[in-house]
Amino acid sequence: MYDPLDALFDFQKALESRLESDWLRNTTGGVGAYPPINVFQQGENLVAVLEVPGVTKDDLEIQAKNNTIRISGKKNISYPDRASVHRRERLSGTFDRTLTVPMQIDADRVRAEYRDGVLALFLPRAESDKPRSIRIN
Amino acid sequence: MAPRELQVQEKRELQKKEETTVPARIYMPTADIFESNDALSVVLEMPGVHKGNVDIHVEDGVLTVEGRLDFSKYEGMKPVYTEYNIGHYRRSFSLSNKIDQNKISAEMKDGVLALTLPKVEEARPRRIAID
Repeated sequence: MYDPLDALFDFQKALESRLESDWLRNTTGGVGAYPPINVFQQGENLVAVLEVPGVTKDDLEIQAKNNTIRISGKKNISYPDRASVHRRERLSGTFDRTLTVPMQIDADRVRAEYRDGVLALFLPRAESDKPRSIRIN
Repeated sequence: MAPRELQVQEKRELQKKEETTVPARIYMPTADIFESNDALSVVLEMPGVHKGNVDIHVEDGVLTVEGRLDFSKYEGMKPVYTEYNIGHYRRSFSLSNKIDQNKISAEMKDGVLALTLPKVEEARPRRIAID
């Protein structure tokens, strides 16, 4: 039987173990850059997921070229004039990050979805990059 | 002033008072709290949480916010490179002012929950006139 909680737990373990992986290590802006990125494999394509809570859709810019995706934008936070601030943990500012994936992607077919502060980029593998079976004569 | 460049904030895992029977991780949403004469505002970042999966309650002067992550979106996805983990969110705050529980309002946009907790009439500051 499918238990969503077990699935979540397994998934979290998988995420954790991947933190030590060196895949992509030299090709992103580096760990510590904003926003944090997770990359998933979905069939033969890749999905990059980024957490950017509080950023509006209009303040996000995504560019794709060859095997590189650039995500930039800004996060604004405003406080009312006549309020005393007790706690201020949220950060605002600009960001610009590049992700290079180890395969050719079809830049024209990259799809972006933004919902609830999470940006998902669907990166289809380019036709030319797909392996072909060779027939032996 | 030029806007500064954003830095990643490490997710903090919630330190639970009581043990849970659920294996999933729970994170503390990043919070801003500010107060005006009439109300207290609490703003919480819970990326990935849909507004229908948020639970807010005040009990014995403690405000608790819970956000459940819909994990089903990740089905069939195999992590190959990760920089953050995912989980549900929960955080509690003790309230120093008396809050009118029936008038708490909440708004959720882009993964950010903004709560307005109006103070009860007697807790609002009053200007005292000197005769």
